[in-house]
Amino acid sequence: MKKKNAVPNRADKGRFRYSQDQIIDKAFNWEQIRRLLHYMKPYSKKLLPLAVIAMLAATSVRLAAPVLIGYTIDEAIQPGDWNLLMGITIFIASMYALAWIANTFRIKWINQMGQYIIYDLRKDLFNHLQKLSHRFFDQRSAGSILVRVTNDINSLQELFTNGVINLLMDIVMLVGIISILFVLSPELTIAIMIVLPIMFYISTNLRRKIRRSWQTVRLKQSTLNSHLNESIQGIRVTQAYTQEKENMGYFTDLNTDNYEAWEQATRKSAMFRPLVELSNAAGTAILIWYGIYLINAESITIGEFVAFATFLGMFWEPISRLGQIYNQLLMAMASSERIFEYMDEKPSVPEKPNAKELKAIKGDIRLESVAFSYDDKRTALHEMDLHMKPGQTFALVGHTGSGKTTIVNLISRFYDPTKGRVLIDGNDLRNVTLDSLRSQVSMVLQDTFIFSGTIMENIRFGRPDASDEEVKKAAYHVGADGFIRALKNGYETEVEERGNVLSVGERQLISFARALLADPRILILDEATASIDTETEQIIQSALKKLLEGRTAIMIAHRLSTIREADEIVVLDHGRMMEQGSHHELMKQGGEYYRLVRAQFNVLDTG
Amino acid sequence: MNTFKSLKEFYWPDKRLFIWSIIFLIIMTILTMAYPIVLQFAIDEVVLSANWGLLPYLAGGFVVITALKAAATYNHQYYGDLFGIRAVYRLRSRLYKKLQYLPFRFYDNAKTGDLMSRLTADVEGFRFFLSFGCAQLLNLVLLVTFSFAVMMYYSVPLALVSLAAMPFLAVAVYRFDKRVHPAFKNIRLSFASLTTKVQENVSGMSTVKSLSREDFEMGRFDGKNADYKDKSLYTSTIWAKFFPVMELIGNVCVVVLLGFGGYLVIQGQLQLGQLAASFSLIWYIIGPLMNLGFIINTFSQSKASGERIVEVLDEKEDITSTTFSEPVDRLNGEIVFHHVTHTYPGETQKALKDITFHASPGETIGLIGATGAGKTTITQLISRFYKPDEGEVLIDGRAINQYRLEDLRAHVGFVLQESFIFSSTIRDNIAYGRPDASLKEVIDAAKRAQAHEFIMELQDGYETVLGERGMGLSGGQKQRISIARAILINPAILVLDDATSAVDMETEHRIQAAFQEVMKGRTTFVIAHRISSLKHADQILVLENGRIAERGRHEELLKKEGIYKNIYDIQFQDRETVMQEKV
Ligand SMILES: Nc1ncnc2c1ncn2[C@@H]1O[C@H](COP(=O)(O)OP(=O)(O)OP(=O)(O)O)[C@@H](O)[C@H]1O
Ligand SMILES: Nc1ncnc2c1ncn2[C@@H]1O[C@H](COP(=O)(O)OP(=O)(O)OP(=O)(O)O)[C@@H](O)[C@H]1O
Ligand SMILES: [Mg+2]
Ligand SMILES: [Mg+2]
Repeated sequence: MKKKNAVPNRADKGRFRYSQDQIIDKAFNWEQIRRLLHYMKPYSKKLLPLAVIAMLAATSVRLAAPVLIGYTIDEAIQPGDWNLLMGITIFIASMYALAWIANTFRIKWINQMGQYIIYDLRKDLFNHLQKLSHRFFDQRSAGSILVRVTNDINSLQELFTNGVINLLMDIVMLVGIISILFVLSPELTIAIMIVLPIMFYISTNLRRKIRRSWQTVRLKQSTLNSHLNESIQGIRVTQAYTQEKENMGYFTDLNTDNYEAWEQATRKSAMFRPLVELSNAAGTAILIWYGIYLINAESITIGEFVAFATFLGMFWEPISRLGQIYNQLLMAMASSERIFEYMDEKPSVPEKPNAKELKAIKGDIRLESVAFSYDDKRTALHEMDLHMKPGQTFALVGHTGSGKTTIVNLISRFYDPTKGRVLIDGNDLRNVTLDSLRSQVSMVLQDTFIFSGTIMENIRFGRPDASDEEVKKAAYHVGADGFIRALKNGYETEVEERGNVLSVGERQLISFARALLADPRILILDEATASIDTETEQIIQSALKKLLEGRTAIMIAHRLSTIREADEIVVLDHGRMMEQGSHHELMKQGGEYYRLVRAQFNVLDTG
Repeated sequence: MNTFKSLKEFYWPDKRLFIWSIIFLIIMTILTMAYPIVLQFAIDEVVLSANWGLLPYLAGGFVVITALKAAATYNHQYYGDLFGIRAVYRLRSRLYKKLQYLPFRFYDNAKTGDLMSRLTADVEGFRFFLSFGCAQLLNLVLLVTFSFAVMMYYSVPLALVSLAAMPFLAVAVYRFDKRVHPAFKNIRLSFASLTTKVQENVSGMSTVKSLSREDFEMGRFDGKNADYKDKSLYTSTIWAKFFPVMELIGNVCVVVLLGFGGYLVIQGQLQLGQLAASFSLIWYIIGPLMNLGFIINTFSQSKASGERIVEVLDEKEDITSTTFSEPVDRLNGEIVFHHVTHTYPGETQKALKDITFHASPGETIGLIGATGAGKTTITQLISRFYKPDEGEVLIDGRAINQYRLEDLRAHVGFVLQESFIFSSTIRDNIAYGRPDASLKEVIDAAKRAQAHEFIMELQDGYETVLGERGMGLSGGQKQRISIARAILINPAILVLDDATSAVDMETEHRIQAAFQEVMKGRTTFVIAHRISSLKHADQILVLENGRIAERGRHEELLKKEGIYKNIYDIQFQDRETVMQEKV
């Protein structure tokens, strides 16, 4: 990055903070080119050579035409040779017919190749994202990930379709034109070539400036988009706190920043075409002056002069496009760097190559001197030993932020412990395949997420091959069947993302049903009933008792009535385990748990 | 055209830019004619007439004309662009403003992705037409007319014969446009659906992972990805079919020009230079016509974009301040619900049925009841987030629609059931409702919400920047920040919608104790599932299926042996035994 953008940032000191991507002006990186080319490989045997042949055929025709026209003028029209004129005309016509066929195939084949490559690339990226771990998603906003899968990949599309073939075509064209001109008249060619460096300069240098200014615009735009996205999602808070005007103030800053950057970019890009035309005109002026002088000196003919004029008109196009491709390439470097950055990202909970399948889990969970920190700054769990026996129900209690969610995150292996190990049935989680683990461990999350689609589809997400009946049964067990049936279209009711038309408790019930449907060996409930009323919760609990016969369940809850029934209760405080035992044992001990329970009743009595 | 008319206010204030841009465009097009004419002149008048003295003037004149043309081109493009981006600026501001004020009803069924694309892609599509589409159309007409006129001037038969293939080109362009237009639309739709899929996948990643549904998601995504590829390929086959044909037609014209023009020259009816010039002129006609399909396409696309923008702008803001409502400084907090019935838009079931209650200033009202019973709905009616079907809500004896909306909401502190954290610092998040609050006030509020302690444990304390949706905080920590946010605006009415569900009881108790101090003389609504959170309420409303099933104080309700008692029993069944289990 050489230059800072000159546009002031009003919005930087505003009430929202969005991390910005840097302006990337990456130099050529052969390693990346190699990786990109790798994607072309499957098609380099058939599609690419075919397209190149078609391209060569079409280009030869384009190169030959002006020469032939010049020849016609000199040999047929001026001498008045009617037959020759007819003959050449028919010949040119048949050449054009050939070009027509060649072009048809070129466009078809090259687009096929490009689209297949883009498809492959996008698929690889998306699939790779699925393998990445929580830590990766913790650190990035959804918007910035989205942009890579959509826009960054799309910006490679042009390169892979027309870019590659045009690059070849333009080089052939340029070399072709210059050689033909040299054959026709070396002096005139040299005279005209004087403008060539100017053209190249404009094409590369000015373009680079223009591109930089557009990059600035794009960065501003992406901040603007992030804000739009957030302001739509947080609109309820905004309206509840009447912050509409303040937000508009912030947005005006963003909008103005964007406008100013845009205006500057426009100013620069508007210069491009006029400059190009001017340099082209210089070439034409030389042609007219010197060319006619040469005609006068009888060193070229009028036909050659016309051919020169035509070629000169054709000259700019490949140079301009080469400049464009060069730009495209630089932008593609930036995009592909961002894409490969994600592809190179290793899952922070990697699967070992020799990882084994976890057999049907019995449910013996062990944490051996486990310590954990999310960000290496704060410790979420201090050294902790914990044992949960198979088939039992565990409850984790403790103050907010004491590390309850963290423990279950470790058991599902969303994160690996910083120290120590987590074992299920005696297997270190680091040695088993993720799929065999997670398909047997289901978690109802503290933050529910509803996908857009029908309620049926949402529940079925837990097990895509479940029948309608099974889905309904799962809903029935969590006491959701009643309200779903009461909806306008029952199970087929469509909900939008995050399920805004449902009450919060209803959403929680749906995600609960989803987890039950997955039929896990270990069920984890992270405050899964926090927004659900006590009576429904009772229904769920008695249903669970039957459903979870012989399976291990871990629940996190603040409501005493939820946890009292647990076989074992683990009390946490500031990332440390304070005590473990059944309700009665812990009450007898009179420790932290006893204090918590007492406190609850005291709340009832005093307060 | 209606679309353009209804959006006129956004672009027409800059009509001077537009007019200048057009004037320069006309100059530019006229000067474009210079090249073929100069060429013709060079051959016919200089070479063939051996009039060498004209040469310097010709070359010099050409450079001067091109310089003028370059200036015109620059101005045309710059003014055109500016015309477009100013319109974008205004449009965006207005759309943003609109979004700020649209009611909850609108957002209940809105797709974020869809709204986003209207605000970005559609605005861009509309601008594109303002900046380029219009001018291109005009440019096309002018260029074709001028070129044709010059050719006619050189030779009427040549012009007519060599352009005889034009109708075929027109047909090809027309058919191309007819097929490529829906194809492009399909690509756009397919891409939008791909984008939505990715967005949802990323936002719901924890859910995907917790159920180990990655493979399923890959399958779903692959469908969208393949669809996008197929749609793109289909479009490229249309291209592959039509574009070379159009080029061929153009080339046929050139061939005819050569053959027939050559004949005319031989016959002495045409000068050689005129023939040479015609080779350029004919492309000035064919080129733009080949582009016509695109221009029409841009036009119809931007019209569609414009329509989608107008749709948002026309969306009803049905909850607004009445014009004659006077500003109020302070509310006492007396709230009356008078036979209120509410149905959510588009639903058949009533969410609230005949709700009546009275809350005196300073009272605490507890709301309890089953999931979906209507607790949240009641509180949302107080702030006028929705409009009830029947009945009235009164604050301090005045119907709420008689207040200015901002006054009403500024005095109601709302802690929503789902806490939302903005990407900003903790301090700015707490001060969201009162951006001018001092740090001391922010800390005060945080202390009351029992959030101060954990905030201070963070490395940057109050200046810690939180990620999207409060990434990096535990559930209870997010809730406490939301509570602090509500305390800070010092409201007359406070609504706590399940605001402590993720907070442990001890902390909750401390928060409540702090509230009792803050909330002296203010009205508080507490929604909770824990009896302990509600027990001290002056009035507890027990909701069932949108109705008030029971009401009264804690002790009264216990005596009723109804729903409330039942909940109490479940939660406190072994209280006695517990209390007896002495150490
Ligand atoms: N993704 C994360 N990145 C960084 N820190 C985190 C992250 N998630 C949680 N923390 C921190 O780790 C600590 C433990 O959090 P955890 O979510 O385990 O608490 P919890 O016991 O589940 O609390 P709650 O009852 O509020 O949900 C907290 O201090 C929290 O701020
Ligand atoms: N925006 C909405 N559009 C349509 N229906 C809605 C909307 N919000 C809630 N509902 C429906 O109205 C009823 C009452 O919902 P409400 O959110 O008031 O319940 P609640 O008592 O707050 O429940 P919870 O304890 O689960 O939060 C529910 O049946 C719900 O499905
Ligand atoms: Mg938690
Ligand atoms: Mg609710």
